[in-house]
Amino acid sequence: MSKPKIATTSLAGCFGCHMSLLDIDERILQLIELIDFDKSPIDDIKKIEGRCAVGLIEGGCCNEENVHVLQEFREHCDVLVSLGDCATMGGIPAMRNNIPLAECFDEAYLTGITVYNPSGQVPNDPDIPLILDKVYPAHEVVKIDYFLPGCPPSADAIWAAVTALLSGKPIELPYELLKYD
Amino acid sequence: MDMVREVQQELGYVPPEYYELIAKEAGTHRVEVESVISFYAFLSDRKQGKVVLRLCDDIIDRFKGADDVAAAFENELGISMGETTEDGHFTLEWTACIGMSDQAPAALANDTVLTNLTPEKVPGIIAALRKKFDPQDLVSECGDGGNADPLVQAMVQNNILERGEVLLCDCTPEAGLKKTLEKTPQEVIAEIKESGLQGRGGAGFLVGLKWDFTRGAAGENKFILCNADEGEPGTFKDRVLLTERPDLMIEGMTIAAYSTGAETGIIYLRAEYAYLRAFLEEVLNRRRKAGLLGNSISGKEGFNFDIRIQMGAGAYVCGEESSLISSCEGTRGDPADRPPFPAIAGYKVSPTAVNNVESYCCAARIMDKGAVWFENIGTERSCGTKLLSVCGDCERPGVYEVPFGITVAELLKKVGAEDAAAVQIAGPSGQMIDRGQYHRKICFSDLPTGGSIMVFSAQRDLLEVVDAFMEFFIDESCGYCVPCRVGNVLLRQRLERIREGKGVPEDLDYLERLGKSTCRMSRCGLGQTSPNPILSTLKNFRPIYNALVREDRSGLQKSFDVLKAVEDASELTGRRSVIFHAR
Amino acid sequence: MKFTIDGQEIEAKPGQTIMEAADAAGIYIPRLCAHSDLKPIGSCRVCTVIVDGRPQAACVKPVAEGMVVENETPELLEHRRNIIDMMFVEGNHFCMFCERSGNCELQAMAYRFGITAPQYPFQFPPKEVDASHPDVMLDHNRCIMCARCVRASQELDGKNVFQSIGRGFDRKIGVNGEKVLADTDMSVDDRSADVCPVGCIIKKRTAFKTPIGQRLYDHQPIGSDIEEGGHE
Repeated sequence: MSKPKIATTSLAGCFGCHMSLLDIDERILQLIELIDFDKSPIDDIKKIEGRCAVGLIEGGCCNEENVHVLQEFREHCDVLVSLGDCATMGGIPAMRNNIPLAECFDEAYLTGITVYNPSGQVPNDPDIPLILDKVYPAHEVVKIDYFLPGCPPSADAIWAAVTALLSGKPIELPYELLKYD
Repeated sequence: MDMVREVQQELGYVPPEYYELIAKEAGTHRVEVESVISFYAFLSDRKQGKVVLRLCDDIIDRFKGADDVAAAFENELGISMGETTEDGHFTLEWTACIGMSDQAPAALANDTVLTNLTPEKVPGIIAALRKKFDPQDLVSECGDGGNADPLVQAMVQNNILERGEVLLCDCTPEAGLKKTLEKTPQEVIAEIKESGLQGRGGAGFLVGLKWDFTRGAAGENKFILCNADEGEPGTFKDRVLLTERPDLMIEGMTIAAYSTGAETGIIYLRAEYAYLRAFLEEVLNRRRKAGLLGNSISGKEGFNFDIRIQMGAGAYVCGEESSLISSCEGTRGDPADRPPFPAIAGYKVSPTAVNNVESYCCAARIMDKGAVWFENIGTERSCGTKLLSVCGDCERPGVYEVPFGITVAELLKKVGAEDAAAVQIAGPSGQMIDRGQYHRKICFSDLPTGGSIMVFSAQRDLLEVVDAFMEFFIDESCGYCVPCRVGNVLLRQRLERIREGKGVPEDLDYLERLGKSTCRMSRCGLGQTSPNPILSTLKNFRPIYNALVREDRSGLQKSFDVLKAVEDASELTGRRSVIFHAR
Repeated sequence: MKFTIDGQEIEAKPGQTIMEAADAAGIYIPRLCAHSDLKPIGSCRVCTVIVDGRPQAACVKPVAEGMVVENETPELLEHRRNIIDMMFVEGNHFCMFCERSGNCELQAMAYRFGITAPQYPFQFPPKEVDASHPDVMLDHNRCIMCARCVRASQELDGKNVFQSIGRGFDRKIGVNGEKVLADTDMSVDDRSADVCPVGCIIKKRTAFKTPIGQRLYDHQPIGSDIEEGGHE
């Protein structure tokens, strides 16, 4: 029988949650015994290839591509987990959420004190995905089954969550593993 | 507070530069002054126009065309709601129910009430105001009864459509007070208790018991407060009592003072009724001259009592008795924790009896006609008559004095609205009932109301009504406690999602749970009743909601609209979404 | 006098609030605005208990002989959780970089209730940061309007640095000065600088002193001290 598959992605995140996933250290060998990775930055598979038991979502949605990927995950994964604070509540990127987009562009590309931009233009290549009006937590875009907060969630928390899901149990984190920082 | 109001009156606003000065004068701190000003809708820290036009945004007014009237004002003045004209002449604002729902759409021009507005009248109004900026110039014809009094001169109509045997019938002036003074205070309280008189504001606490507690409470100074803040949208019955029965009300307060041992009374008059102030002051003066207020009232040695008027400043929550007391003390109208109840520690931490205008009027009549007479009117457990103010989709909106126990169907027949699709009993904080419940009775044990009855025809979108009520509570929440401050905002957002057709069946469950938490966990009556528009319609008009929500198994959130989310970026970059626009 | 909490008989002194009597008996009633050195005001409503069938804030409600109090019922736990969720979405609580994280009572309360994410949509309201004062910072993004600072300034410092202004959702904490905290007589030694349950009032140059793992709520849920009976 083939092993269940896990897909992971980093949307508007910093890959910190993926780093934390790697922090499970030698348990990654155990994990590989249990599952195969589908699309993930870990194996660099770009597109989901088959049905996945679990999808781990790092980051919220800050642009249309994030939305697209997240919807693809929802379609192909039985269980979706918001991994980390950014997926759960927008995180640091969401600090722009009460500032109009035009002001954000100005600050980031034109008037910010650390900006060096001799062209004086805001990047606008057709390949750049359109940015959303604000950063949306993952569960405001698709239905999310579990949340694993933390910045990042600790390796132990991720391990506890993934192993619970693989054995068909709900995620129940002990007190010391539920942290928002 | 009075000082702040005076500055507001004088300058049209309270400049922040004055905070320090006012604080010093009042022996308090600058931030306390800011705190007061920022609490009341009728106080402002920004320069306002010579004439402040406040349009009533109550749902009844909206259904009668308030939005078109607003548009006409905006057009005529070249400003939007919430703005002041550049020449500093006019400010245009929305305000909550001003107690004129029977002559809607209505507005206040400073203190002057404008009724039955239409877009066509607007240019004339503005032209007339531009002459001298005196809104009183707009009153060409006064309303009936006391509205035509030289000190009132209002275009307001009483619209009394049914007179009962307690309040609006002809009665002998001061008969109740006369008989009161022949009795001991204990006997008076016993009489009121026996009559079964319950508070007319809506909560229905036994008036005699309240007075008894106040009498028994330890304290040098005791106070009698009259709640004339009727802010529950759709309520305008106290407006009529204040205009037509001020003496009866003050007589009742005087009786309360006699029975409790209070020497000071305060009438807390809502800012919207400022047009009645001079008139009421005159009534007080007249009574002082007649020996009915002041020292040794009616020659009774040692019975001293006088009354002052405290103006409100636009805050619905001040109808809550502890808020009303805070407001009388000159601070923000945040409600207080109970116990201690006002009867023990109210105004200035002294024993205080707070009753509604109508309650005092009833008390005066009971003292004249006797407890048994009163008890025999109404139902066994809801004695006397009730003043109802009926508005909305009916042929005869106005004030009706009816015995308790009248069914909704009987009432609808009187007002000419037998085909009503829904009736809102007791205002936004009450409940909306459907046709199947018109056999129910208006009384404390079935459908209690402070007086507000709103009628809606089958043409109305009832969820628009609910939305307007939630907006009202969001505007009027004092923000002191979390569930009311946040819960109502979240409730309305989810309601809007449902109304936009983006709801799922789980959203109804969400509304129910969130509504329940807001009711159960809020600190005062406002928060405890604020989810009622949603909760009562979920119960009584469930099919409306069911028709709007749809099961969704896609796993996507229907409420998230990616095309809307990229709109700003599309505009800034001049590109369309490659991923989603093609779909 | 005696009364019961969830069926357990409690001894109380007259004049005590339900919360005081419960604390003394080792029963924790969750709270955020209440503080043992300050007069209770019942604004957060987290400590709501059912007293003889009616909801009451335990921090302000005095005990009475024979009173029947419900504390840990499923209904109350759900309502309390809902209120905690409300506080998270009405402000901008970025725990990941907040100096109070690990010592924050709101965060700790969410941990105690096992909340992984609030069930309500985040409002992301625009709020101000007032860093004008040389020693104290005021970050309104994190304020939960508990008014502890208001009370501490009045009751413990004999000042009046803070007061609530505005109403409804726009209610906020104002300062007793022309514009900002620097315009007031606030001092870093004031008790009002100590009592903030969240990261709204922060003393400058003290951030992140305690390493992760040694902070107040890293290992033990908030209220554990009371439940262990070590509190009076």
